[in-house]
Amino acid sequence: MGYVGKSVKRVEDPRFIQGRGKYVANLQLPGMAYAAIKRSPYAHAEIISINTEKAQNLEGVVAVFTGRDLMEGTRLSGPCGTLPCGFVPPNTKVPTHHPLAVEKVNHVGDGVAVVVAESAYIAYDALDMIEVDYKPLPTVVDAKAATKEGASLVYADIPNNTSFFWTLGDKEATKKALAEADHVVELDLINQRLIPNAIEPRAAVAQWDKFTGEMTLWTTSQNPHIIRLLLSGFTLGVPENKLRVVSPDVGGGFGSKMFHYPEEVIVPWLARAVDRPVKWVASRSESYVTDAQGRDHVTNCKLALKSDGTFTGLWVSTWANMGAYLSTFAPLIPTALYITLFSGLYKIPAIWGETWGVITNTVPVDAYRGAGRPEASYQLERLVDLAARELNMDVVEIRRKNLIPENEFPYQTPVAMIYDSGNYQKLFDKVEELAGYQEMRKEQAKARQEGRLVGIGVSGCIEASAPGPSPVVTSLGSAIGLYESGIVRVHPTGQVSVFTGSHAHGQGHETTFAQVVADELGLPMEAIQIVHGDTDRIPFGTGTYGSRSAAIGASALVRCAEKIREKVTRIAAHQLEADFEDMVYDKDNGIIYVKGSPDKSKTFAEIAFTSYYAANLPAGMEPGMEATTYYDPSNFTFPNSAHIVQVEIDKHTGAVTIQRYIAVDDVGKTINPMIVDGQIVGGIVQGVGQALWEHGVYDANGQLLSGSLMNYALPRADHFPKMEIGRTETPSPHNPLGVKGAGEMGTIAATVTVANAVMDALEPLGIRHIDMPLTAEKIWQAIQSSQNGGAN
Amino acid sequence: MNVPVSITVNGVQHRRDVEPRLLLVHFLRDMLGLTGTNIGCDTSQCGACTVHLDGMSVKSCTVLAVQADGSSVTTIEGLAQNGKLHPMQHAFWENHGLQCGYCTPGMIMAAVKLVENNPNISEEEIRHGLEGNLCRCTGYENIVKSVKAGAGG
Repeated sequence: MGYVGKSVKRVEDPRFIQGRGKYVANLQLPGMAYAAIKRSPYAHAEIISINTEKAQNLEGVVAVFTGRDLMEGTRLSGPCGTLPCGFVPPNTKVPTHHPLAVEKVNHVGDGVAVVVAESAYIAYDALDMIEVDYKPLPTVVDAKAATKEGASLVYADIPNNTSFFWTLGDKEATKKALAEADHVVELDLINQRLIPNAIEPRAAVAQWDKFTGEMTLWTTSQNPHIIRLLLSGFTLGVPENKLRVVSPDVGGGFGSKMFHYPEEVIVPWLARAVDRPVKWVASRSESYVTDAQGRDHVTNCKLALKSDGTFTGLWVSTWANMGAYLSTFAPLIPTALYITLFSGLYKIPAIWGETWGVITNTVPVDAYRGAGRPEASYQLERLVDLAARELNMDVVEIRRKNLIPENEFPYQTPVAMIYDSGNYQKLFDKVEELAGYQEMRKEQAKARQEGRLVGIGVSGCIEASAPGPSPVVTSLGSAIGLYESGIVRVHPTGQVSVFTGSHAHGQGHETTFAQVVADELGLPMEAIQIVHGDTDRIPFGTGTYGSRSAAIGASALVRCAEKIREKVTRIAAHQLEADFEDMVYDKDNGIIYVKGSPDKSKTFAEIAFTSYYAANLPAGMEPGMEATTYYDPSNFTFPNSAHIVQVEIDKHTGAVTIQRYIAVDDVGKTINPMIVDGQIVGGIVQGVGQALWEHGVYDANGQLLSGSLMNYALPRADHFPKMEIGRTETPSPHNPLGVKGAGEMGTIAATVTVANAVMDALEPLGIRHIDMPLTAEKIWQAIQSSQNGGAN
Repeated sequence: MNVPVSITVNGVQHRRDVEPRLLLVHFLRDMLGLTGTNIGCDTSQCGACTVHLDGMSVKSCTVLAVQADGSSVTTIEGLAQNGKLHPMQHAFWENHGLQCGYCTPGMIMAAVKLVENNPNISEEEIRHGLEGNLCRCTGYENIVKSVKAGAGG
């Protein structure tokens, strides 16, 4: 049918553009009560007492519960378990995480009590009437400082606040490379804390049926089955076969909705405790102190080179701030999704990476768009730029010199990964051509002569998307395999329902997955319905994150379609009295015939009906037409990119203007170029946010100073020029569609590209490095101190 | 103590007794069940809740229901007429101006007013005019393209 590769308009859009999205917060159930959570204003404090009496007496309040009530259980609702970490490397110390704090609070925003009331307004009124007596304790906020001798401890049983120490690579070889290098570039940097800010705040609604024992939870999740598994096995204790988790339309995730959050335990627990449906919706202020945050690394890194610019070794030491608890996948991010990408697009013979995972009195940190990979790209690409500067080489030239050649794929890096495919020289050819790079440099030289601060930033970045196979990810510490499920159910009329374990929250699966299945079966897209996000309808799925949906989720559907085609063909062969091997399944027209006799064909719908009519099937064949697949990929896929950006800095204010942004990304084959470009551009803007504006700032007491949209700066429409987007397509050999992940590449590349451009603009002033975000104020300060003769 | 209000929403008059502190967005969502108007923040930054109040584009989280007494409100549900999409809705669909869809109702409502009487609006004017509406998915590029297309429609 030829849908794959075309920019088909999205089938999900009509409901969104007319205000009919099915978001969790829109749910209204008969008899529903509303929950609001009392949260700690202290980053670290003992809970001496909680007095809920006044709140309980407020008219319209149904009930008030504390952390102890949840831990011990009530007459109607049994005890809650603690929130587990789903990725635990060996020797990791995991802090106990109660859904509501019991003896002490460990970050600002930690929940201590919950009110259920007749309306959300009353529930919030009641929160103010709960009296909590706290004894404040010393706080630690900075990851590196928290590991120092004498730092106060968040948990007495986690010495040095160090939850884990993880290494990868060849330490001795890297030491040797650094010792023998012609040149070593070293950089101390901070990859700052980010706050995800999906525009839809998290929400949960739960409904309990005490007669059947069935619990339904609607939650803003990227992976409903994982939430069901953790609720059943660890936190809520409702048997999995009586627990339904629905994640309907979800308003953006970017990683932050992957995790099992306390409210997903509290809300269904309440529904049972008060025997009414209960709804909780986060306020934005609440999101700032409860949604898992991103990044927050303190890093020292060194790149060893020969005098001609050839890379010979890389050493990176990182203190990763994990926050007060280990969120569901948190330890994975600064370890197996980080150090494994240290080689970038380059041949680097010796690499050593070491990460300390550090507990602090801050909101937990977990995967946020890019997750480990932007951090890896940031430091490597900053080092490469500094190396070029110090060796007096062009930044493109030094990169090209070290790129992994096209003929060396699959390429084994020194840090575990085997890159699937790529043509990195071609990426740079294309981005240089699109940008007119040489011309840009000439223009820049002119601008510099005029005293203007114009900078050109370049990067070449790698991503590891679609993690797998399951034996590999579980050996790294994942508590679950990372396959994906799919069911293709052909109805007797020839219409098709597709059930995927993957989950869309903006990615457009209802369109792209339908394109794939329509092509595979030779049907019009209108005949395909994609169903996701409801554990009672879909097979056990592992959800959407890590840019895995197309590579793994859609591949599962390709496998299902292969099984359907085979059964359809066998039935057609039987009816046409031909051998199976002589049959043709015409995917362009959705008909099946004997080779050479297309005039005597059977349609897909005819065979579908026959399979249910079941009067004349091949001997031994079961009736019906349905296929299930659990697809486990053979490897990760490795998207890659080359970006160029031009900025100009106003030397009087330090303000950065992005003048041009040119991006060439290789995400393998594209199912829907319009959607892929949308992912790339959206990702770039999010990455630029980190480079220039976004910063989750805590003071020494653990107060989040950037705790609302008034003081946490998100990218806005007027910050950007029109993007110049190009693409190369190197298919991945690791999945039947040849696709790689498209969701995170833009973010991974954009942050460092813009940072490099800003530092390039400031080069004439002798400024070597400024930590992100590169705000006007920071740049202005650096310009002032450089002009006053001071080094930065 | 509740206060009676009469607010015409999408052409239908609604009389309700409301708490004086009730926000217009909660009146629309919780009392009338018009959940197309989304809430994305509590500080009037995100613009997800943008509606038209007596012909002006406003953030309905910053207006009290009692302030809208006697007024006429249009929400995203009231934009399409007789089953036909508004040109701006159509433009967002055509130009992939949305991903998760959560900011979309507010973005479309803001855009409709932005381009009113300005069919030849420039890209720069659009970007500046949408400063008060946040989108975390699209990077704005296709939103700007949509608004440009919707303006001409």
